[in-house]
Amino acid sequence: MTQLDLIRNFSIVAHIDHGKSTLADRLIQMTGTVAARDMKAQMLDSMDIERERGITIKANTVRIEYPAKDGRTYILNLIDTPGHVDFAYEVSRSMRAVEGSLLVVDASQGVEAQTLANVYQALDAGHEIVPVLNKIDLPAAEPERIKQQIEDVIGLDASDAIAISAKSGLGIPEVLEAIVTRLPAPKGDANAPLKAMLVDSWYDAYLGVVIMVRIMDGVMRKGDRVRMMQTNAVYGIDKLAVLKPQMVDIDELGPGEIGIFTASIKQVRDTRVGDTITHERKGCDTPLPGFKPAQPVVFCGLFPVDAADFENLREAIEKLSLNDASFSSEMETSAALGFGFRCGFLGLLHLEVIRDRLEREYDLDLITTAPSVVFKLHMKDGEVRDLHNPADMPDLTYVDHIDEPRIKATIMVPDEYLGDILKLCQDRRGIQLDLSYAGSRAMVVYDLPLAEVVFDFYDRLKSVTKGYASFDYVISEYREDFLVKMSILVNEEPVDALSMMVHRDRAEARGRAMVEKLKELIPRHMFKIPIQAAIGARVIARETLSAMRKDVTAKCYGGDATRKKKLLEKQKAGKKKMRQFGKVEIPQEAFISALKMDG
Amino acid sequence: MTPDSTGGKDWRSAGFGLYLHWPFCQSKCPYCDFNSHVATSIDQGDWQTAYLREIDRIAAETKGRVLNTVFFGGGTPSLMQPSLVAAILERIGQSWSPANDLEVTLEANPGSVEIDRFEGYAAAGVNRVSLGIQALDDKSLRRLGRLHSSDEARRAIGIAQDVFDRVSIDLIYARQDQSLGDWERELSTALGLGTDHISLYQLTIEDGTVFQRMHARKLLGGLPDEDLSADMFELTQGMCDAAGLPGYEVSNHARPGAESRHNLIYWRMGDYAGIGPGAHGRLTLGGARLATEAPRSPGRWLEDVMGGRAGEMPRARLSDTEQAVEYLMMAMRLTEGASLAWYRSLAGEDLPAAAVAELADLGLIEATDESMRATAQGRMMLNGVLRALLAGRQSAR
Ligand SMILES: Nc1nc2c(ncn2[C@@H]2O[C@H](COP(=O)(O)OP(=O)(O)O)[C@@H](O)[C@H]2O)c(=O)[nH]1
Ligand SMILES: C[S@@+](CC[C@H](N)C(=O)[O-])C[C@H]1O[C@@H](n2cnc3c(N)ncnc32)[C@H](O)[C@@H]1O
Ligand code: SF4
Ligand SMILES: [Mg+2]
Repeated sequence: MTQLDLIRNFSIVAHIDHGKSTLADRLIQMTGTVAARDMKAQMLDSMDIERERGITIKANTVRIEYPAKDGRTYILNLIDTPGHVDFAYEVSRSMRAVEGSLLVVDASQGVEAQTLANVYQALDAGHEIVPVLNKIDLPAAEPERIKQQIEDVIGLDASDAIAISAKSGLGIPEVLEAIVTRLPAPKGDANAPLKAMLVDSWYDAYLGVVIMVRIMDGVMRKGDRVRMMQTNAVYGIDKLAVLKPQMVDIDELGPGEIGIFTASIKQVRDTRVGDTITHERKGCDTPLPGFKPAQPVVFCGLFPVDAADFENLREAIEKLSLNDASFSSEMETSAALGFGFRCGFLGLLHLEVIRDRLEREYDLDLITTAPSVVFKLHMKDGEVRDLHNPADMPDLTYVDHIDEPRIKATIMVPDEYLGDILKLCQDRRGIQLDLSYAGSRAMVVYDLPLAEVVFDFYDRLKSVTKGYASFDYVISEYREDFLVKMSILVNEEPVDALSMMVHRDRAEARGRAMVEKLKELIPRHMFKIPIQAAIGARVIARETLSAMRKDVTAKCYGGDATRKKKLLEKQKAGKKKMRQFGKVEIPQEAFISALKMDG
Repeated sequence: MTPDSTGGKDWRSAGFGLYLHWPFCQSKCPYCDFNSHVATSIDQGDWQTAYLREIDRIAAETKGRVLNTVFFGGGTPSLMQPSLVAAILERIGQSWSPANDLEVTLEANPGSVEIDRFEGYAAAGVNRVSLGIQALDDKSLRRLGRLHSSDEARRAIGIAQDVFDRVSIDLIYARQDQSLGDWERELSTALGLGTDHISLYQLTIEDGTVFQRMHARKLLGGLPDEDLSADMFELTQGMCDAAGLPGYEVSNHARPGAESRHNLIYWRMGDYAGIGPGAHGRLTLGGARLATEAPRSPGRWLEDVMGGRAGEMPRARLSDTEQAVEYLMMAMRLTEGASLAWYRSLAGEDLPAAAVAELADLGLIEATDESMRATAQGRMMLNGVLRALLAGRQSAR
């Protein structure tokens, strides 16, 4: 058990690419926590996809021993938080397990949207904050100007900001010292009944479910019988350890400490992040204020390209959800696509990450249907229904009105692109809430329908601003609007996987863009194919894909008979990536690409 | 198989032909995926011995048949010594009963070396040549990697017309940077040269060729898109019809009666023996239809035959269904189309009525109870037509 005043718990908050992972690596390295030869870049981003995309998806932690200038050795617990907006929820919960934050700002870029969003969460959690200006080795670095910006935009005192280069190691000793001197030690009572916060849980192939805890009061020991206060389940602790970042067994964890335990728990779903853990006997009475579980906001259907893969998909989804409680799934059947799953995600990136993992780690070919948000249907009989799938939209005569989720989006953008951003937000049915300037950057706050953001808003934002805008959002409320279901008919047959909910005023433009895109994506057939967008029975946009004109082998003589026969058969097999809708074959990519629109 | 159940058809009604493959060329054309090789020295004496042995072997199995056609294909058969061609034809004459109208075709390249041998081939018994002209202007010929010039091409055609009874020319169109107008002028010149048979192939990027590698690296610009190549194909049909050489097969056009009888054997499911490296054959022996295939490598083939072994790989017996598919695939290339009675007797079932009706509706085929043919538009879409017909079969489900 470590003395409270020798513990510092902290996280690092930063906009993506401002150097959070590099700084974490440097802290680990400089304290000798990991031997130099074991050091791989971005220690804490352990999943392949995290490394590849350079983003942190799940919070991770490391315990660092630091001999400070005062001659005492401190235990520093760093919890790494995800940087992407989709995972904002995980950020907020990991922040409640620590007392302070390093705010990392790229000294050549300045404050960005995620800097703001994350720093506000840190302030909400009551953190002490140490501003750090990174990348001062860059010629474009302007530490003085950025300090001013931190004061102007965030309202933090930046006079003691530490200028560093995480890349070269410059300033790292100062950061370590500031963690000890400027961040508060945790509080807690070792003699009180055990009260521990369940910060995170994940599935490990060898250990089963692993639970990360922050001890608030009391002491947790190996062999203890503990109770989860929300689920009331009781478990015996098999293993107690700290992460350095590899697991090192420990006999006990006292107040202020962060560690992990295993307890023969079968599924991550049996654990609730934010739950309070106490002893089975002589437990504490009042739990910590809990978190609401993360709510999936984006839904889509995942179907195997090859129907025979359904069982494999089911197994893969089960295994993945062992490790990611924030993604939900439910079996779905589609007239067009057969058996599959309707899955819910925290956002589009989360969707893409899960789909990538299913395809890559489980070797599946998947069709992803149009992503959709959850609409609330207010029925005439007073019932309120969640609509996860546009295909399930009931007849309008039963529906009184429809509510859709709205978000509050914060966008930071150099002022020369402001016009483009305003136009983009306006086009997406946005309502401007605020517009202010910080130097040559503008900060706009918009109220936007989430449905308009899930498709390609982020891509559009990046392309109209050449990558210079940053964006973050929180879900604000459900609000009524004039929404209709638009269906897509290919060769006169509705393709349910392409139907979507749209605002009535935007339906024509959406429909037109959809049918034009589909005309490009569907290969020509032997017959001409009408492609239509419709609201109910009314066609609002139409294109015709003309018939294929030429598909013949020029030469076929005696020696070719065998080979050409095989070729004809091979072309049949090559159709795997296609899906048959009536007489028409639609390539798998059409289901996603059709939604990436340019307007 | 009784004559009435097949509409009176079997291999006999289509005839019996002999294909001989000569696998050498002076240089390898970048678009060509034929079994052709460039060799520094070729001992034509050894090759003669080998061909004669193979003729004897096949003749022993097909004794007493009337032989309708002989075809020297390649490679470049016009690199064979006339004496070699003469020896082969002499042995053939001793091995089968030649039909009265025996057709003996030799593929020739229009280079000057080859032209000088024309008289010798005619004397040996060749009565038809197929000239690989490919294009009528020098720039296109160079882009196709051909060794001859357009002047040589014209001279070769003239001499061939004097020397042989029948002359055909091959052209490749839908080439890089060729416009519809370019092709119209070129084809009109070609039709004016007075041959009564002409093969017109749209350039195909074949696997394993230099063109395919260039194409993959986007170095083969200016190829026509689907619409232009369809327009070119339609233009070709119209111009050949008007010139009195209607298309009788996807890429072949002839004055009626001047069709390649040898190639018709392939398309009408006749029997043919294949001799020489990589040659394929189809032989009906003892009631079974066999697919034969020789080793592709010239060295390997020669070694096998000179070593006293058969120049052939193990034969495959074609099931009735395989024969049915092959028949449809080949016969539908012809303007005359396919006999449904024959198809039925092989497949043991009719073609799927729904697919037939739908294709007819689309104007791609015309069908009666007994026969079916692809329309001009359907022939242009033949792969799709065949896939639709074959995929809908009960046996394919
Ligand atoms: N020049 C320079 N580059 C840095 C520095 N710190 C990080 N980077 C680079 O900035 C990029 C993003 O860093 P990373 O740590 O992954 O950022 P994160 O997204 O906040 O975790 C990487 O290419 C780093 O190598 C620095 O101090 N100087
Ligand atoms: C066996 S090859 C030619 C024989 C002879 N060596 C010659 O080149 O003239 C028969 C014909 O097929 C055609 N051909 C070969 N490769 C082709 C391709 N890739 N695309 C279109 N036609 C091709 C040419 O017109 C050629 O004359
Ligand atoms: S096209 Fe003719 S000459 Fe050219 S390589 Fe092929 S077979 Fe030989
Ligand atoms: Mg990172």
